[in-house]
Amino acid sequence: MNYAVRVDVTLRTGIADPAGSTIERSLPTLGFDGVHRVRAGKLFLFEVDASSPDEALLTAQKLADRLLSNPVIEDARCSLAED
Amino acid sequence: MTSVAVVVFPGSNCEYDAARALESLGASATLVFHSAQDLSAFDGVVLPGGFAHGDYLRPGALARFSPVMSALERFAAGGGPVLGICNGFQVLTEAGLLPGALQKNRGLTFLCQPETLVVASTRSVLTRAANVGDELVIPINHFSGNYTCDDATHRELVENDQVVLRYRDNPNGSRDDIAGISNRAGNVVGLMPHPERAMSSLLGSADGLVLLRGFLGLEPAFSGR
Amino acid sequence: MSDETLHRALGLTDSEFEEICSVLGRRPNHLELACYGVMWSEHCSYKSSRIHLRRLPTEGPHVLVGPGENAGVIDAGDGIAIALRIESHNHPSAIEPYQGAATGVGGILRDIFTMGARPLAVMDPLFFGSLDEPRTQWLVEGVVSGISGYGNSVGVPTIGGELTFDPCYQANPLVNVLCCGALPSDRLVLGIASGVGNLAVLLGSLTGRDGIGGVSVLASAGFEGADGAESLDDAKRPSVQVGDPYEEKRLIEACLELLDSHLVVGIQDLGGAGLICATSETAARGRVGMDVDVSAVPLREVGMQPWEIMTSESQERMLAIVTPENLDALNEVCARWEVRATVVGRVTESTPSSEGEPVGLLRLRDGFDGPVLGEVPAASLADEAPLYDRPMARPKDLEQRWADEPHVLEGEDDGEVLLDLLVSPEWVYRQYDSQLFLNTVVGPGRDASLLRLAGPGLPASERGFALTTDSNPRWCALDPRRGTALTLMEGVANVACVGATPQAVVNCLNFGNPEHPEVMWQLSEAIDGLAEACRALEIPVIGGNVSLYNESGGADIHPTPVLGVLGGVPSLVSPPPGWGWSEGDTVLLVGVDRASDENPWPLAGSSYAARSAQHGGRPGDVHFGEFRRTADFVAGEVARMCAGESSDLTGVHDVASGGLAIALAEMVTAASCGLRVENVVRDELFSEFPGRFVVATTNPAEFVRRADDARVPVRVLGVAGGDSLDLGSSVRLDVDALRQRSRRALDDALGHQS
Repeated sequence: MNYAVRVDVTLRTGIADPAGSTIERSLPTLGFDGVHRVRAGKLFLFEVDASSPDEALLTAQKLADRLLSNPVIEDARCSLAED
Repeated sequence: MTSVAVVVFPGSNCEYDAARALESLGASATLVFHSAQDLSAFDGVVLPGGFAHGDYLRPGALARFSPVMSALERFAAGGGPVLGICNGFQVLTEAGLLPGALQKNRGLTFLCQPETLVVASTRSVLTRAANVGDELVIPINHFSGNYTCDDATHRELVENDQVVLRYRDNPNGSRDDIAGISNRAGNVVGLMPHPERAMSSLLGSADGLVLLRGFLGLEPAFSGR
Repeated sequence: MSDETLHRALGLTDSEFEEICSVLGRRPNHLELACYGVMWSEHCSYKSSRIHLRRLPTEGPHVLVGPGENAGVIDAGDGIAIALRIESHNHPSAIEPYQGAATGVGGILRDIFTMGARPLAVMDPLFFGSLDEPRTQWLVEGVVSGISGYGNSVGVPTIGGELTFDPCYQANPLVNVLCCGALPSDRLVLGIASGVGNLAVLLGSLTGRDGIGGVSVLASAGFEGADGAESLDDAKRPSVQVGDPYEEKRLIEACLELLDSHLVVGIQDLGGAGLICATSETAARGRVGMDVDVSAVPLREVGMQPWEIMTSESQERMLAIVTPENLDALNEVCARWEVRATVVGRVTESTPSSEGEPVGLLRLRDGFDGPVLGEVPAASLADEAPLYDRPMARPKDLEQRWADEPHVLEGEDDGEVLLDLLVSPEWVYRQYDSQLFLNTVVGPGRDASLLRLAGPGLPASERGFALTTDSNPRWCALDPRRGTALTLMEGVANVACVGATPQAVVNCLNFGNPEHPEVMWQLSEAIDGLAEACRALEIPVIGGNVSLYNESGGADIHPTPVLGVLGGVPSLVSPPPGWGWSEGDTVLLVGVDRASDENPWPLAGSSYAARSAQHGGRPGDVHFGEFRRTADFVAGEVARMCAGESSDLTGVHDVASGGLAIALAEMVTAASCGLRVENVVRDELFSEFPGRFVVATTNPAEFVRRADDARVPVRVLGVAGGDSLDLGSSVRLDVDALRQRSRRALDDALGHQS
């Protein structure tokens, strides 16, 4: 089977997020009040050949931990992508 | 030290500058492509600045998987002097040879400007010819030079005297004003500023001399200001 | 769409269509018509400007390659040649500023390494609308980060440029880019296909639909919307190319290695009009034919039509001509640099025309032995676009505008004016890597940039070279002929400040709609002004670019000829003086300090006049003889210092935009040391005309003696000291306040927090 997977990479809690804070700071001037805790991250989409959804996610998580994210500063969350 | 390998990843761009600076001090510098699997013939290794593999995923993220990196790990484990400049520093942290990570600059723009660095430790191959407290003017040239690490790592860095250079006026948001660090043994050093760009007053500063002379194991001819 | 109207949609006029039918002796098919559409566009063919450009002087003792090639080349001495080019990327940047500016950098780098030169420096003259408009802020941030993102990554330092704000660029910003490269003189290569049976190899990126019809749709037609045309932007966005600096970096290294090891016969970049341009130009230059297998081109998208493949402007591609024996070696080099290489063409013999002339046919085929999809004489695409002598008209109200001379305003606070005009470009240039290759002795933000003449693979040399880009659209709007001549003088003055003597000039002529007779008159006048100044100052034009249709809502931009001046410094072992000085130094004004007897301190076209909305008057007359004597004297003084001789000079700066007041303000902030000037009147403070330099010296008597010997006038302004700038009775400003204000000016205008 072939599973579509998405990986969301965001900075770990507690790590400064200059992109997120810059966006957040600019929001009031654009008229968006009451928006908080903006975090910027990356999204990866790919397909994995696997025998089960769990196996696909396991492969994706390994790939995400090894390459797509830097565990020193980032978290990677894998999920099956909706079509 | 006479023979230095300057590693070229596709996308490196400071390799000629690093080689030219080392050669001006009498060393022989060889450009070594990232596919090399053996560095044992060299007395030292420099990972130069640039944008290895386009920096597309994260700076240094893909370079870490180049064949040369296992050779570099062996070289470093054997006590060989290793210097990562700018992108080279980013590669060393991604590869786990140095702790922490380099994030985007606080101001979210690229910065190319001279910075005053303060020597924080002389227990490294890069700073061994300088004195603690020396102020050196050396340019930075990066988008992701904001040094980040967790509290435990930071404590360890400080306790083991691994912070080798600090910014006098922090330009990028680095934790504890850190501009460069070493591993515990002091033979692997990474820094964001470019000492090879500060080798002559014609180009604005000669303060990089004391660092690269130290790296090559030459007698200190000059020790800051 | 019927055959009767297809050519119009492709930007060809009815008479151009008939011309094509006559060249071919039949009606073109759709593929052929698309090829003519892009190749005969204004952007590729220069059909409106070419008859005027012929008037420029292009020869000089150092010129190795003049206009018409990918870049001009001069002999810089010591076995080193310098390649120089300037281009515009105006319309793409108006639509997508980041990618427009980024691909502008990428494109000009390819023009330089096409000549066998390693690109060593880039400069970016930028022109935007009013900075208080949100759209301008978006454009500025996008363009600057595009240049920074691409240039820094590809590994070529950006060493300077210009930053101009004027409402005339509101909907149509100008993004020009100059690139300079160097090569061992014996490696010079030209984009020529030769040797029947040789192969044309496409190097680099996959071909996609990006930039389809870019030259005709974007560069050769104005924006019709009145408001900056948000709605049109959306429709035109598919034509914007996306740049990949990492691909370009590998392409540079691979191509230079191919040239170094003599593996290629010729090489040509793919720029505007893509593969059809590269194949037809190389074949036409070599007077040969070429068969192109359209189906061999590696594609990024499915279902692309042959006309799309041939005209795609996908970035980071090159065409190399190689003998069959060297193909394997070429493939090996390309594999190491991870650069894709695909044979897409074969050089064929020319065939005699009905008149017996050899004609190189470009045949587009589906497979080398497959059916012929299109067949046209290569030269007819590359060189034989119709030339137009478009109608010109001198503006009827010109004398009236000239008579409306600006004047110093009563009651205006000159200190406030000065603070408003003093804008440091530091926010822009600190985002550029200006130091790579360890050559940058004087970087961005000064009169001219100064570099060591050194680089990977070059013979050793002690020489240096200076580069500057200059323009003065407000002068040119009032008098394009005089304004352009004065602009060249400004460039020469700038390189003199770093000790350089001018060797060559390149021009980027940014003008409005050539179908407006006034615009054609401006273009023709500007070219005449440039030609006069080049002859008087003995500087050859070695290349140029023309960008027309810079307009929006029917309003043309100010005529904006941008000139890039290259100068040489025979020995560069010590830095030239900066803008600073030390306490006790004597500050002098060097050069003739009056523009003319009847109007000594003209304000026409000055920053002062623009700030106070005085748009009339006529820029000061040109005095080439006096000017050249002064510039030569200053260049010689500085060059001796660069050569390592002891010198009493501590600061040099030319008086340019903003006049004497701004020149002195820039110097006191650089020096962190004040100055009091008593003998200056308000009329002189902000007047703009070239030929004046501010010089600081530790030994005024000796300096004045040397100036006297050179018959160059000198006036003492004052002695450096204190912590304020005092000019006559009308300006008194604290040096620290000046610096704070000028450094923050751009950040504040762009809404950045400190």
